[in-house]
Amino acid sequence: MADEFLQLSGIYKSFAGVRALQDVDLSIERGRIHCLVGENGCGKSTLIKIIAGVYQRDAGTLAIKGKEHEHLHPIDAIREGIQVIYQDFSLFPNLTVAENIALNEQLAEGRRLMNWRKVHHIAADALAQIEVDIPLDARVEEVSVANKQLIAISKALRQNAQLIIMDEPTSALTEREIRTLFAVIHKLQARGIAFLFVSHKLNEVLEISETIIVMRSARIVSTGDRKEYDTRRLIFEMTGHSIADKSYEFTADTSQPAILEVEGLNIRHALQDINLQVRAGEIVGVTGLLGSGRTELALALFGLLPMDSGRLTMDGKRVGIKSIQDAIAHGIGYVPEDRLTEGLFLEQSIGRNVVVRTIDRLRSPLGLTDPRRVAGQVSEWVDSLRIKTADPRLPVKTLSGGNQQRVVLAKWLASKPRLMILNGPTVGVDIGSKDELHGMIRQLAGEGMGLLVISDDLPELLQTCNRILLMRHGRIVEEIRPQDTDENKLTAKLIEEETL
Amino acid sequence: MNRILRRNETLVALLIILLSLGIGLINPTFFTVANVFDLLRSIIVTGIFAMGVLIVIVSGGIDLSFTAIAVFALYCTVRLMKAHAPDAPIWSAFVVAAVIGLGLGLINGFFIARFKFPTLIVTLGTLSLFEGFLLFAIGNQIIRDVPPALTGFARSSLVSLPSARGTTVLHPAILITAAVVLLVFFLLNYTTLGRGIYALGGAPEAAERAGFNVAHIQYFIYGFVGVLSGIAGMTFGSLARQANPQDIVGTELSVIAAVVLGGAQLTGGRGTVMGTILGVILVAIANNNLILIGMPTVWQRVVIGIIILIGTGLPAIQARRANKRLSGATSA
Repeated sequence: MADEFLQLSGIYKSFAGVRALQDVDLSIERGRIHCLVGENGCGKSTLIKIIAGVYQRDAGTLAIKGKEHEHLHPIDAIREGIQVIYQDFSLFPNLTVAENIALNEQLAEGRRLMNWRKVHHIAADALAQIEVDIPLDARVEEVSVANKQLIAISKALRQNAQLIIMDEPTSALTEREIRTLFAVIHKLQARGIAFLFVSHKLNEVLEISETIIVMRSARIVSTGDRKEYDTRRLIFEMTGHSIADKSYEFTADTSQPAILEVEGLNIRHALQDINLQVRAGEIVGVTGLLGSGRTELALALFGLLPMDSGRLTMDGKRVGIKSIQDAIAHGIGYVPEDRLTEGLFLEQSIGRNVVVRTIDRLRSPLGLTDPRRVAGQVSEWVDSLRIKTADPRLPVKTLSGGNQQRVVLAKWLASKPRLMILNGPTVGVDIGSKDELHGMIRQLAGEGMGLLVISDDLPELLQTCNRILLMRHGRIVEEIRPQDTDENKLTAKLIEEETL
Repeated sequence: MNRILRRNETLVALLIILLSLGIGLINPTFFTVANVFDLLRSIIVTGIFAMGVLIVIVSGGIDLSFTAIAVFALYCTVRLMKAHAPDAPIWSAFVVAAVIGLGLGLINGFFIARFKFPTLIVTLGTLSLFEGFLLFAIGNQIIRDVPPALTGFARSSLVSLPSARGTTVLHPAILITAAVVLLVFFLLNYTTLGRGIYALGGAPEAAERAGFNVAHIQYFIYGFVGVLSGIAGMTFGSLARQANPQDIVGTELSVIAAVVLGGAQLTGGRGTVMGTILGVILVAIANNNLILIGMPTVWQRVVIGIIILIGTGLPAIQARRANKRLSGATSA
């Protein structure tokens, strides 16, 4: 084909005897949007690193613009116009937007002195190319995630990108920001720039991509035009088996008081007159747009945000929650949105993370921790939550997103809470693990725990919850039963206020 | 406007103004030329040290060994001069001290760049090592009869004005500090290397990916700080007209405090020359002038402690508030 930019064939790659890529063929066309999907550990990252020149292949051929490269080094890949935008964007939070965009060019040209006027000029020009407006003098840490991504894209463009590879491009963006990103991508596509996305979010993948490439266990198992795929087929190709999607059935036992009852909860500027109930065995979803107050609600219930007024009752008894300690004492657990920074000690071992909450209960009569009991509890949780690791003594950061989320869960479950608040439980988790996590949530509910699931992943809420609370401007505006709605209706309700 | 108010420099400048007004109202001598000259003299050495510390902190590191390097360079230079070139001009003394400082700084750089050891550990080690080696292998006696070039330099004056106490002199060594400040300002703001130091402090991995040679930058940083320390040590010795191997070491934390007060963040990536100068001036006023209002010397340390807590605490609280607003807006 004439408009082929990159051609890989028969690529093999192993690490210490473990096969990461097996006979992979891939072609990327100019001006086309490709999406690489697959569960964690299927070889996606390895493939991208080979394209970027970070890893060298064991066998196979790689040709860019028809020219074969025996060895491709990162600098060659960049010269040929391949730009990878990693999830952390490789930006400098402490420097201005302008400097972030222009710095690479300064370096590449080997300049020793900074020409600030030129830096501004370069940055203004780069942002104008994608027709977005971000204040050039703002520090990058002050701009939104979406803008960081646009900055990373304009940086790539300044380096004559012809293929932009983006890792999880939509994972931290709101609906509206995703629209902006897609508009930018379509603009660049019209100029002949090819894209390769790597993503877990199936709906967005389906929407923007033209070519879909599915990987499973080190191989490309399926590739073709977007029109040939629907969610069901994608899930099947990625996991090798079908996943059920029916909603959670629940019948309330009204003879018992609710685990948690909230009446008239108010927090100035954040929450207004919140009333809600969670019964034993219930899975209650909470969703809402940016600024709707859903995170604040979780924080308030977990004692992280002081309430101005309101009445909390747990198991029929009035309680006050003023601190995290109070919340924990009353059996409330919270898995934060950002598990990497708030929920886990990344450098510490999996085992230590699991027992950190309950270490006091594992003491021997002398007051020292009993290593055998600790090890026993760790292996119990690793087994029951099916955490995939060679050794629980390895640091948590060696685990995939889905497995990390299980460690956070294990940490809380070990202390046997009555109510678990999960904020974005499957953000950044691949589809197979997601399904298992959903199964776990249901199982916990089945054992009598109450769960409050905060998420903007609507299919997830529809699938796991028995009712969904819709928040807007700090209020709960509607209670929805999953069986009475579908994803499109729910999306319409969510964005209603924006069109008002 | 809001932006200016939120800047750390503004807060420190306000503190300086308030403190000056307070002291000046109680004791008008504060506003005399003589006192201003004294104040300037007291920031000569700290100012040079502070510029070095600023660079290290911006890069995300910390250096505790610079005082040991300074006294090492001073003592060795004076010994060398006395033994081999007693009549050498003053500039050559500075050059020798700078070269010795460079050598010692590069030892820090070697461990940090080559072995990726934490900067705190490396410099904590070399602080002890350099000082111990000086006292053990080179000498532990105070040298009071320094070469004539040093005493000549000590007596020189840039500006001298008649005053109530006789003549008031502004020492030319302030020009060394001024030159170092300008050099560091230029380095940090107008060179790719300087921006690389900020980049390294802000996001080390991204700096590497962007193509900065992180090891080279680190060698430069610690070598340059060594040079500045050597010069600062030499300046200190010539102003004091003696080389005491027990001097200077022990003052590193107050220099670091002045730099942090000026807005440099120990987490790296943030800090300005302007803020650092203000921090140094504020600490100098607290150190030298509280006596004018009859505050006992021991209390000055308490005041400095309070200033540090306020000066670094307020911006931290502001930052946390701003952060909360930001996260409230994006993750709700």
